[in-house]
Amino acid sequence: MPPELLRMIITAVLVVAFVFLNAMILGYMERKVSAHIQRRPGLMEVGPHGVLQLIVDGLKLIGKQLVVPEGASPFLFRLAPLLSFVPCVLPFVVIPFSRKLQAVSMDVSLIYILAMTSINVIAILVAGWASNNKYSLFGTFRSVAQAVSYEIPMLLSLLSVILITSTFSLKGIIEAQKYYWFILIQPVAFIIYFISGLAETNRAPFDMPEAESELTAGFHTEYSGMGFSFFFLAEYANMFTVCSIATILFLGGWKGIPLPLGDYTGIVWFLLKVYGLLFVMIWVRWTYPRVRFDQLMTFCWKYLIPFSLANLLITAVVVKII
Amino acid sequence: MNVSTDIRTEGKGYFGTLWYGAKSLLIGLKVTLTALFKPIVTVQYPREECEITPNYRGHVELVYNPETGGCDCIVCGMCARACPSDCIVVKGEKKEGEKKKSLTLFSLDFTKCSLCGSCVETCPKGALDYSQDYNIAGFTREEFHYDLIERLKRRHQQPLAAAAGGN
Repeated sequence: MPPELLRMIITAVLVVAFVFLNAMILGYMERKVSAHIQRRPGLMEVGPHGVLQLIVDGLKLIGKQLVVPEGASPFLFRLAPLLSFVPCVLPFVVIPFSRKLQAVSMDVSLIYILAMTSINVIAILVAGWASNNKYSLFGTFRSVAQAVSYEIPMLLSLLSVILITSTFSLKGIIEAQKYYWFILIQPVAFIIYFISGLAETNRAPFDMPEAESELTAGFHTEYSGMGFSFFFLAEYANMFTVCSIATILFLGGWKGIPLPLGDYTGIVWFLLKVYGLLFVMIWVRWTYPRVRFDQLMTFCWKYLIPFSLANLLITAVVVKII
Repeated sequence: MNVSTDIRTEGKGYFGTLWYGAKSLLIGLKVTLTALFKPIVTVQYPREECEITPNYRGHVELVYNPETGGCDCIVCGMCARACPSDCIVVKGEKKEGEKKKSLTLFSLDFTKCSLCGSCVETCPKGALDYSQDYNIAGFTREEFHYDLIERLKRRHQQPLAAAAGGN
């Protein structure tokens, strides 16, 4: 077997395994954190402190049937979960977990990740359209409008970092943060990126596509079994990707207090920072009520976009002068 | 068109609204973060149980008298007459060489009892009291036809089981 093929297989297996593991960790974390914020114990029944609950839930979902509703387009209906899942797995290939723990090193890896995460919108569109259900369709409309609007401040805020590093390579961006993290010189960009990231991943308080009080479950109303689990896995994988970009661009990636075998053990710092940001995401979700749709749009167009444009302009001027 | 109709931010202007909003968001985060580290208030029921207050009104129970080793009931039947749901049956007989009647049957049909407490109030000897037992469930109706004399005996033969709420 050629070594390149072996490398590809190992990467594929590890990445998919990590996506499943990440969904389990985040699912557990979300349920535990939400419980403790509401002063409940949360998962307690399966295993010590309920640690095995997510495995049981996963087995249940695998065992269930995917019912295709009447009047739905069978091909598109089955296609949508895969269309959502696959692009969410692909960014993991280029994420530099540590200096030597990156499957593929690309010069345009940041653009590649942003392109892959944007495909999720199309998956949601297909899912809502194919379901033949008014709730799914409304969830889809909202999701697409939201994702398209929030893409702009997100890219503008990332662009101000790119102006400083003048590279799209994630490794290059981390290496550029040799003396200080970019959050110190780009705090506004970080905040704007994080808020847009919440909206991009359809997390509360921007979870209108699946506002359960209005739309049952939004675009995945009609999905059961593995169809639903793929959307679930994709959501959590997407959250991880958004937080790892934030870590790489603003929090110095794998950099931290040096450990032995620093080229590999940087992953500890990387995961610590990413899961710290993910904790903030969960914390935000269980703090704020859902925003109204006009508030969502007002916030994006009246605050995020002007601020990110101004930030970009100031950064450009400063970079030019220095 | 100004879509913002929130009276809290009216007249605050662009930056005023932003400042006000950001401040309130941070306050919200602080509230949930402090709640995260406070102790849990939920009681994990089958494994731990709540303290029952002395005021708890369960079904009626005969009061144990440690001096006689039985109950104080004089079989006057006032509880049975006071009961609006007609769920108490009291029977007694006068045994050889005794001055008073002694209790032979005190049955409570708990399926009909409305927990009004009239029996406890009318009892002239204070021989009735509310039980602290709240773990009451059964598969048949007959399980709730309680023989209170039997229950009294069982409670004082196995004090530990009674404390745990078993009947």
